[in-house]
Amino acid sequence: MLLILWGVLIQFTIPIDNGDALKNAEADSQRTLYPYVTGTSIVAIKYKDGVLMASDMGGSYGSTLRYKNIERVKAIGKHSLLGASGEISDFQEILRYLDELVLNDNMWDDGNSLGPKEVHNYLTRVMYNRRNKFNPLWNTLVLGGVKNGEIYLGMVSMIGVSFEDNHVATGFGNHLARPILRDEWRADLSFEDGVKLLEKCMRVLLYRDRSAINKLQIAKITEEGVTVSQPYSLKTFWEFQAFHNPTAGAQGSW
Amino acid sequence: MFRNQYDTDVTTWSPTGRLFQVEYAMEAVKQGSAAIGLRSRSHVVLACVNKAQSELSSHQKKIFKVDDHIGVAIAGLTADGRVLSRYMRSEAINHSFTYESPLPVGRLVVHLADKAQVCTQRSWKRPYGVGLLVGGLDESGAHLYYNCPSGNYFEYQAFAIGSRSQAAKTYLERRFESFGDSSREDLIKDAILAVRETLQGETLKSSLCTVSVLGVGEPFHFLDQETIQKVIDTFEKVAEDEEGEAGEGDAEAAAAPAEQGGGGAGDQDVAPMEM
Repeated sequence: MLLILWGVLIQFTIPIDNGDALKNAEADSQRTLYPYVTGTSIVAIKYKDGVLMASDMGGSYGSTLRYKNIERVKAIGKHSLLGASGEISDFQEILRYLDELVLNDNMWDDGNSLGPKEVHNYLTRVMYNRRNKFNPLWNTLVLGGVKNGEIYLGMVSMIGVSFEDNHVATGFGNHLARPILRDEWRADLSFEDGVKLLEKCMRVLLYRDRSAINKLQIAKITEEGVTVSQPYSLKTFWEFQAFHNPTAGAQGSW
Repeated sequence: MFRNQYDTDVTTWSPTGRLFQVEYAMEAVKQGSAAIGLRSRSHVVLACVNKAQSELSSHQKKIFKVDDHIGVAIAGLTADGRVLSRYMRSEAINHSFTYESPLPVGRLVVHLADKAQVCTQRSWKRPYGVGLLVGGLDESGAHLYYNCPSGNYFEYQAFAIGSRSQAAKTYLERRFESFGDSSREDLIKDAILAVRETLQGETLKSSLCTVSVLGVGEPFHFLDQETIQKVIDTFEKVAEDEEGEAGEGDAEAAAAPAEQGGGGAGDQDVAPMEM
């Protein structure tokens, strides 16, 4: 860069500071750019006595179905259930935050306790603040619970979008499960009907989502507490006519 | 309390295990004008005596809204009280923002007490010279707490602080067992009657007191002068009727002889900053 000042030519160069390149690389490694091990959809509904939440137990490493025993739905305190899709390590980090939150709440020992609404709002604050720092927790979270007879179900995304609804789903679940729920959900669903409805959604996801595996858990939360089912599989049917001779209509193509 | 060689620093213990500066701070609370609080299972009423610096000035604000579900009445150095109220408002609103849920009053008073304690253990600070009656709701219902400059806090069914609060306390001690099930109206009436006790002879007028209410389904708010005057009229009127009929003052409601009272406004030994 050249400058003429009081008739004198002054030359100064902007040094190429290798420190900058190093700093940028370090700075980048300090924030989440893309997820590595991911969980797929969560589907959750309110029913007569509380909330039902279903997820499969898969953890994908890109296109590889690497982990097949990941619990993506966990109990939080006495009154809430948290389900997560997206980066599994970020989910574990969130569980650590909530663990501390619940611990401090219990330490007060004063008859007050965090309900699902409080946990949901806390998570919304965390997710939104991380997004603002360009270092998101790469998850979509589903928060359900019951406290003092009030049934609560909400969702927070990795950019901090947060809302409540009678039924929610993450990822592919939004496209494949919610249309079913919009047609068939009712406020007075019994437990059995609720499970049937969720299984219907999970079956569609199993057929159509390549990151889904046939090993799922359904969790239930009511005023009494949380129960997470043992893992089980859904019956599938592959004998549809259209699946016989799939290349019949287009020989030579794959 | 007399001066002694251990009372200069807040961080100096006396040989008998007392911190005199903290005790002196509690004296400041006793000099302020009275503040009264009572609670039922569902409501809390805070009332105070309006004291003005002079006839020309307006009275100082002694009751503050902290949140829809928490209010505080102060006695002592009002400047300290104002600062602490701002802290309480800040805590309440931060909790509300993060959890979208009201801060339980029991947790707020602990934060407040811990803050006060810090000032009793730093040589470069002094204790807050204000007592706070904090009334509020949490999951287990209505609560009333008293926070004092020492960093202690206590829960009460009813309490009074400030000058001539003993008269109010005596009145409350006689009646507190019934407060739990009191209706909102009865609670307000008892609060105003307790305020009257601290006036000791002066006529009770609505301009002399401030009353605030909060409860389940009722956010914190002040009662307007009219409402207060109506409540005063119910018991003053009873007294007047009895005076008229029997010609003898009833011990319970002796309002008439109070006309001679110039008692309220003449405290020369109260520092101007204390109200």
